[in-house]
Amino acid sequence: MRIFDPHVHMTSRTTDDYERMHGAGVRAVVEPAFWLGQPRTNVGSFLDYFDALLGWEPYRAAQHGIRHLCALALNPKEANDPRCVGVLGELPRYLLKESVVAVGEIGYDSMTPAEDRAFEAQLAMAAEHDLPVLVHTPHRDKAAGTRRTLDVVKGLPPGRVLVDHLNEVTVGMVADSGCWMGFSIYPDTKMDPGRMVAILQEYGTERMLVNSAADWGRSDPLRTRAVGEAMLAAGFTEDDVDRVLWRNPSAFYGVDPAAPVPGDDYAGNTIRRGG
Amino acid sequence: MDDWTAEAVAQVKADQQTAHRLFPVAARRGGPSARAALLGHVDAATVAALYRNGDAGERLAVLDALDRLDLGDAALPLVEDALRTNDARLVAAALGPYGARVLDDHAYRQGVLKCVFMAIPLERVAGLDERFDPELARMLAAYADERRAAGRTVPPDVLERI
Repeated sequence: MRIFDPHVHMTSRTTDDYERMHGAGVRAVVEPAFWLGQPRTNVGSFLDYFDALLGWEPYRAAQHGIRHLCALALNPKEANDPRCVGVLGELPRYLLKESVVAVGEIGYDSMTPAEDRAFEAQLAMAAEHDLPVLVHTPHRDKAAGTRRTLDVVKGLPPGRVLVDHLNEVTVGMVADSGCWMGFSIYPDTKMDPGRMVAILQEYGTERMLVNSAADWGRSDPLRTRAVGEAMLAAGFTEDDVDRVLWRNPSAFYGVDPAAPVPGDDYAGNTIRRGG
Repeated sequence: MDDWTAEAVAQVKADQQTAHRLFPVAARRGGPSARAALLGHVDAATVAALYRNGDAGERLAVLDALDRLDLGDAALPLVEDALRTNDARLVAAALGPYGARVLDDHAYRQGVLKCVFMAIPLERVAGLDERFDPELARMLAAYADERRAAGRTVPPDVLERI
């Protein structure tokens, strides 16, 4: 089973996780930029974070045989802090980078006017740079937030929009919109493998993305594998599993994660003595 | 030189500020040698800015090109920055011919020892025969002692220098 996790915050995870993920079949990940446990207070804090997502984290992942790609953005929660909004002026130069495959996570947290401004500005940047967008839907007032999200993203082709953190209540409206549907599988909250399989049985495997969204909270980067196994147990074929866990994320982000990186062979492993 | 690179070089020659837009996409659009081609047509301040704004691949391209650019010791801070990273590619590139020329004795010795710790083969380090001195020999011997005390092997490329 080959797995491309389209949403996981590896910066928060240990090398043990990388080893376990590789053992479970994970060969590629997208790490979207998001908030941390502790709120940031200045633009420089974002730039160091972005640089880590473009430098250290891909290097770390490559040492475990995993291709690390990223999505960059000002997240909705910190878009509400005027000290952080200046990062929007720095983002365009970052969107040129080779391993940046999307703008994200953008969207709503508390649905404020400041979140609207950051959301709109970054949708425009995505259009200008010809990148897809990864849109976070709010945990509080999710159905209303998802409806409003679908209204705001109408300026982009639906095939370039991933609406994430969906559940039984919000999947229908996103299926109707033509946007990609993202599901985060968590130990306690969000979705679990059994409910995910039920949604796949009802809505099919097209435009469906399953992620672990593992971060600094209680979460598990192997939940993607658990969904693959639950799908097989429920009668889905190996091809169905490959579509959901590998081909769908590759298609949405427009990358072949198994291909060599142009101009950069990530020689971190091979440069070593005896390596 | 392919068409994309030739056009990009022409743009940078006319206005080197365009390098900030072209350099990040150059490997994708123009192939493996495109970044180096652009670096040949920008000043030292722009080289430094491209490094500091670069991802790991861009920084590596700058470090690899330094020896062929006429920068004097202006790019020493970039070499020092790369030596502070934990990325073996960047550390090895920092100790290329340019770094071997501009680093002072203390920084060069620390760089060599860092390579040993990161398992970067010493044959990758430029200038080692010319810059090898008793102090570096002492540092490598102390490293070997520490390895042996822990019951570990000493790499052959270290043994042959002490």
